Amino acid sequence: MPSFDAIVIGAGINGLAAAGRLAMAGARVTVLESAPAAGGMANLAHLSTGIDHRIEKALDLASHGLEWAEPNVASTALSASGNHLTLKGAFGESIEGTLSAADKAAWTALRRDLLGNAAALAPFKEMTPPRLARDHGANIWDLVRNGLALRRMGRDRLREFMRLMLINVHDVLEDELGDDRLKGLLAFDTVLGHHAGPRSPNSLLGLYHRISSRVQGRQAALALPRGGMTSVIAAMQKALSTRGVTLRFNAQVNTIRVDDDRVQSVTLANGDTLTADVVVSALHPATTLMTLVGAPQFDTGVVRRVQNIRSRGTTSRLTLKLKSMPDFRGANLRTRLVIAPSSRAVEEAFNAVKYGAFSPAPVMEIVIPGAFMPEADSDGPTLSALVQYAPVDLRMGWARGRGAFLKVIMEQLEAHAPGLGALVTSADLVTPADVAMRYGAPGGQWHHAELSVEQMLFLRPAIGMAQYSTPVRGLYLASAATHPGGGVAGSAGWNAAGQAIAGGGAA
Amino acid sequence: MKDSKLHFRTPLITTPFHARTSAANKLNAWAPWAGYTTALSYSDETMEYTALRNQAGLYDLSPMVKYAITGPDALRFLNRLTLRDVSKLQPGNVHYTAWCDDAGKLIDDGTLFHLAPGRYRLCCQERHLPWLLDSAIGFDVSIEDESEKVAALSLQGPCSFAILARAGLEAAQGLKPFQLMDFAFDGGMLTISRTGFTADLGYELWTTPQAALSLWDHLMVKGADHGLRPIGTTALNMTRIEAGFMIANMDFVSATTALRPDRLRSPFDMGLEWMIDFNKGHFNGRAALKREKESGSTKWAFVGLDIEGNVEAEHALIYDNRKTEVGHITASLWSPTVKRNIALAMLRRPYHAERSGNLWVEIYALRELEYHKLMVKAQVVPRQFFNPPRRRANPPGLY
Repeated sequence: MPSFDAIVIGAGINGLAAAGRLAMAGARVTVLESAPAAGGMANLAHLSTGIDHRIEKALDLASHGLEWAEPNVASTALSASGNHLTLKGAFGESIEGTLSAADKAAWTALRRDLLGNAAALAPFKEMTPPRLARDHGANIWDLVRNGLALRRMGRDRLREFMRLMLINVHDVLEDELGDDRLKGLLAFDTVLGHHAGPRSPNSLLGLYHRISSRVQGRQAALALPRGGMTSVIAAMQKALSTRGVTLRFNAQVNTIRVDDDRVQSVTLANGDTLTADVVVSALHPATTLMTLVGAPQFDTGVVRRVQNIRSRGTTSRLTLKLKSMPDFRGANLRTRLVIAPSSRAVEEAFNAVKYGAFSPAPVMEIVIPGAFMPEADSDGPTLSALVQYAPVDLRMGWARGRGAFLKVIMEQLEAHAPGLGALVTSADLVTPADVAMRYGAPGGQWHHAELSVEQMLFLRPAIGMAQYSTPVRGLYLASAATHPGGGVAGSAGWNAAGQAIAGGGAA
Repeated sequence: MKDSKLHFRTPLITTPFHARTSAANKLNAWAPWAGYTTALSYSDETMEYTALRNQAGLYDLSPMVKYAITGPDALRFLNRLTLRDVSKLQPGNVHYTAWCDDAGKLIDDGTLFHLAPGRYRLCCQERHLPWLLDSAIGFDVSIEDESEKVAALSLQGPCSFAILARAGLEAAQGLKPFQLMDFAFDGGMLTISRTGFTADLGYELWTTPQAALSLWDHLMVKGADHGLRPIGTTALNMTRIEAGFMIANMDFVSATTALRPDRLRSPFDMGLEWMIDFNKGHFNGRAALKREKESGSTKWAFVGLDIEGNVEAEHALIYDNRKTEVGHITASLWSPTVKRNIALAMLRRPYHAERSGNLWVEIYALRELEYHKLMVKAQVVPRQFFNPPRRRANPPGLY
């Protein structure tokens, strides 16, 4: 039986990040991926909010081919009448389009505050959440240090920071801004990937999560890698191969064998058994613990908490092949195009999923990579859209619902780009149900576990497992369901590997 | 409105024996137990106690919470749920067991009946269906609360076997303690187990609600010559204190309901560590219990106390050297049988053993509307105050 120091399950961004850090610490690492290629759910994304800077640097991704076609993608809030608003630079450094002077000033102030608050939260994203229980205080000092940094804001700023911590984005937008297009765009950015509407409690945290990231040091920037998001994965793969990491594709893990609360080996669908001292799983914790290890190996309280991790996906990805470039009433296609007419429209779109239906007027962001990289479009332009909302368990069933949902999405697109329907040569819709099936992510949630305040920091993915460890010694969780959550950043995987190397965990 | 929505109109339901127990209850002394109306005593609790220790008593056990556990993984599931190794429990046998939460703290104790191969019944004080169902995730097992489907009587006392023999159930002679047997009765099924809560010779009889009244009548008629009488909870509780048995939420707070962290009790605290089988594979609380065992961090000990005098020490505090509080009493009784002032108590270690030489109990004795504070000496003794050989005798005595 071949023997390995470390096995990583899943070759998505977090699995690869974990493998890289383990390899750098001297472990012999094998990554097992059930699909024929790496990437996992990163393949669903079409823009980057930034790779964790620690990973980018440590694995030297630039020298392994990571290159940005556009490191600072602008955003256009589409208007059905053609009266678009374009936010240029990172998170709308400047705004183009008709906007009142009062709104411009208000936005400048709000943007400064939001970026400032998000930047103050960024260190919390990198840290491994400490344990608050007595006798587990090792990295409580990270928390204290980051907390003291907040204190240095000064009393008034801190009070405002706290006020804007657990608020919903809709209230903030109503308080500060007047323009519906701008409010719609910000509301959309807040809830993208979440099971939340702008008015959902604590929804602003979703925006903070997004705009606390950096691309090339630029906070809140959106970036398009040359070659698309798959090129990020390709660069990581190259970086890993130079460090001797073995990647096995079509290697579906069936079971993780545990003996006396210690991980022993993993068994593949083809019957191969690989032993390891450390197993890091980047799959959803429910898949890892309940399916691969099995509920009987865990205490009932653990089973309850893992089963109750909320993982409701709402986001679909639509890919259209077009005969020629579409026209969104003159909008600049070299930007991210957002259909979210108002915060209210986003909230109303969210209403449907509460009742098991898809939004009758979905909101979405559109990227046309060919507009940034003409070389990408040898066989006609591609339009990629992330669309909300649709539930994983559509009441009418996805067999019937797929066509119906596609129809309302196309109607929404047609309203903003008349004639677009006639340009379509093929359409591929990946629903939350597809995500759940294809990527083994229960619920089809893009962050694996919903990023809501009760599932953050010490509480992510569940009480007692916030430090990437599990009740099984040697088994670590690197899923996006662990702190700090999803996005194609790799932070969770990087942190998990750090814990595995330190041998921490094993409560 | 549907009947199921009108349950609030009957906050307490009656047991299948209610027609008989209510007719016998001359004191009209009732108390709630697990959602049922149950008799505290029928006519004279002293006479009922005396019957239990000298003749025989018939106790309505129906409110006991009962779960039917069946299916291919029933054994594996029970091994995961409870502390003892269930693979050692053969069909036709019963064992006393307990179960813990993740932290290795007691949820409840109870008896597990292996009724037939792969068919089990778990009897306990509190309801635990959500815990059982969540514990069953990943097992091919079916769990059903059969509390209302089983009518049960406890026939206890030295004459209990003699009454069974007279009642045509003499085959029960073959039952050793913690064994069970099926009988045909009144066109249905009757299961008899040699179990009980009195530390004396005794049996528990399990049947259907339909056969309940005819079983009661049959036993009362056949037992008349042996002085069989209905027993209320007060008398039964006296005998269980003499037996040294614990009850969840009386002697320890169940981990599912405890609010204060220092109220949680582990099997080590309660003297149940003999149940734990660390070698049977994973079970709830295993890691925590292993840590407790290895670190010797057990804080409490559940003990018997022999207290000077004859004043019952209900819920009294226990002091070392009259000064330092080291524990409290959970149940107490002036025992008419052993003629001693006895109690069950929780003591902080090591006051249960090495430092048990100077223990004092602070009793507030209510004498004509005034409390008299007594400080009396107490001695740690084994919890089984009453444990006669006839309890274990095979064949059972025909008194």
